[in-house]
Amino acid sequence: MSFLEYAPAPESRAILSLRDEYGLFIDGEFVDGRGTPFQSVSPASEERIATIANANAADVDDAVAAARRAHDRVWSRMTGRDRGKYLFRIARLVQERARELAVAESLDNGKPIKESRDVDVPLVAAWFFYYAGWADKLDYAGLGANPKALGVAAQVIPWNFPLLMLAWKIAPALAAGNTVVLKPAETTPLTALIFAEIVQQADLPQGVVNIITGAGDTGAALVGHDGVDKVAFTGSTAVGRAIAKQVAGTHKKVTLELGGKAANIVFDDAPIDQAVEGIVNGIFFNQGHVCCAGSRLLVQESIHDEVVERLKQRLSTLRLGDPLDKNTDIGAINSREQLERIRELSDAGVAEGAERWSAPCEIPENGFWYAPTIFTNVQTSNRIAREEIFGPVLSVLTFRTPQEAIAKANNTPYGLSAGIWTDKGSRILAVADQLRAGVVWANTFNRFDPSSPFGGYKESGYGREGGRHGLGAYLSPASVTSTGRGTPRAVEAAPAASADEKPAKRTRRPARPAKKGAAK
Amino acid sequence: MSRLAVPKTYKLFIGGAFPRSESGRTYEVRSADGGFLANAAKASRKDARDAVVAARGAVAGWAGATAYNRGQVLYRIAELLEGRRAQFAAEIEEAEGLTRAQAGAQVDEAIDRWVWYAGWADKFAQVAGNANPVAGPYFNISVPEPTGVVAIVAPQDSSLVGLVSAVAPALVAGNAVIVVASERFPLSAISLAEVLATSDVPKGVVNVLTGSPAEIAPWLASHSDVNALDLVGAGELDWVDLEIAAADTLKRVLRPEPGPDAAAPALDRIAAFTETKTVWHTKSLR
Repeated sequence: MSFLEYAPAPESRAILSLRDEYGLFIDGEFVDGRGTPFQSVSPASEERIATIANANAADVDDAVAAARRAHDRVWSRMTGRDRGKYLFRIARLVQERARELAVAESLDNGKPIKESRDVDVPLVAAWFFYYAGWADKLDYAGLGANPKALGVAAQVIPWNFPLLMLAWKIAPALAAGNTVVLKPAETTPLTALIFAEIVQQADLPQGVVNIITGAGDTGAALVGHDGVDKVAFTGSTAVGRAIAKQVAGTHKKVTLELGGKAANIVFDDAPIDQAVEGIVNGIFFNQGHVCCAGSRLLVQESIHDEVVERLKQRLSTLRLGDPLDKNTDIGAINSREQLERIRELSDAGVAEGAERWSAPCEIPENGFWYAPTIFTNVQTSNRIAREEIFGPVLSVLTFRTPQEAIAKANNTPYGLSAGIWTDKGSRILAVADQLRAGVVWANTFNRFDPSSPFGGYKESGYGREGGRHGLGAYLSPASVTSTGRGTPRAVEAAPAASADEKPAKRTRRPARPAKKGAAK
Repeated sequence: MSRLAVPKTYKLFIGGAFPRSESGRTYEVRSADGGFLANAAKASRKDARDAVVAARGAVAGWAGATAYNRGQVLYRIAELLEGRRAQFAAEIEEAEGLTRAQAGAQVDEAIDRWVWYAGWADKFAQVAGNANPVAGPYFNISVPEPTGVVAIVAPQDSSLVGLVSAVAPALVAGNAVIVVASERFPLSAISLAEVLATSDVPKGVVNVLTGSPAEIAPWLASHSDVNALDLVGAGELDWVDLEIAAADTLKRVLRPEPGPDAAAPALDRIAAFTETKTVWHTKSLR
């Protein structure tokens, strides 16, 4: 046994008490779906986990109606203090059932248990805890006094952080006084359905949270439903575009958190050990299934060879395998479809002349896997430098000057995140100023916190999640109704409109025509 | 002895210059009582695209100016408007058929709105930004930054107040603007451009197009180098199609606002054309 070999240390699945079939969670109860049910499988083994109900348009109607009733009759009339208490309850229940949720997440999604256990689930609890405290303090959200909830929020989330994205969506929505209909991703519905049980344990009024499972057409029916006041979506830019078109001309408020192609910029004075760890964390965290992943490494030319060499060394020590094993660094790719996309783009990288290197690791027989991969000799025009791969594939490019680094970093239609590695504080601040990205990590990467706004520039979407800004995305100022398009917006402090209020000024500086003879 | 007046030629305002429409087209602008006022330039798709190029070129300088400087430049516009108060009042009186007092009140309102927005330039980031208490050894700060190039369809039933109310807030944070003026009342927009050209606003920061919003707006809505679209005055257009076109590049869109209160002064009009950037810095004694 070399120092890199460990005995298997799988987390026990005994903590799970999964059902064989899951219905839709509507109006506080699990009900049958009227679409054709589908299977959720473990991407690490391709074994079936459970049968999942599929919501059709009628089910979406029911869910939206339940959310509307709950909003109008209960949730919008409840004091903020009580709404907050429910959210605190949920935060505690998530903590109590943390290990169970982590195991379920790794089973269903394929991510390493050390990530679901130490990152995803703790952040889920933190998100509810943070927004719970906002529920009775909405006057301080930055929209003036007595801001109003929007109503019913339609929330569609991706498969890369299933439960965490649920928390990002549900916690601020509920704190602000909205009710929700949430659709988890088709391949990762499990933790959302366990969350439905938590909602029941919290005794949340029925209909405040509704969870409907299904594929893209279920999501489209939900987003397009007339009874919805707010749409929040996290996922691909292509679907985000479709949603923006779908809601055009309606009163719906929208936030979109879409794709990215983040530049991770490493200057030659960076602390290399930390930078290498940060690069690895930036792109290989969660198998690279991260919209803000540092997928374009921009390294200063003088240290390119050293950085690439050390990256290869580091990647050679990563352990790929059973997501439930506590020693696993790289889990399974979430689906066959995603694996095919990663392979296709990666092959395109080779075809376009970049050099591919993959970490030498054993690929399990079953399931979907992709070894951590680095491309060098990448041109900015290559597909692997432009398109979001959403997998454990890093494209390495070089630069000579800070200006070149900034130009290359910004040379993308995306603008979600970026990283800067340098020992020079003033350079960090100057570069951060010029990066067109919503989140910039300096000498760190992939950090998340409920108090910290997250979201993109340009085609990475609009709106922010997290922090006070994330709360504002679920509120409107007091004078704006949630349904009235074109109603007057809130006036923070309109200047005096009446002319007779300032005769003194007029007499002090008599107005003169600037040009003579303009009148006819 | 009456003196023969010297009428003004109204042209477009693109990149700090006053070109005619490259299409050579004009359209007749008439007063409220039907009299001939001017032949305004009728901007084309090419003019709109030229304006986008000018605006894009101006973003870096304007966004990069200090907030204090932007505030002073915006305030300077109010000063110059005040000096030309009578000219604007006369223009509005004729165009909209108002009394001189009513027209003067509109100019005053427009000036006061410039002043209000000018004062926000070096305060907005304090109100919209945040220091975030993240759970870890990080200094974490969120600041608003300009979205970039903003295309605006100005309120159509107002000469100056609507225009100013839409343009000024977009400028506060450092955006560059292309504004399609009121089709019926375009002359004040070009007179405002003269004010902008002689104030300290860098060229290209504001570009004014006159003509048919129905014709020009689609080119701006679909233009890949436009980051945001303010449809405040597009209520009479096929604005849903404009919003759909804008979705192709995920532009930020403000939907139409009808009525005299359209684009009333509000902080969220500034916020609508900003992006929140959050920067995480490590903290360490090592």
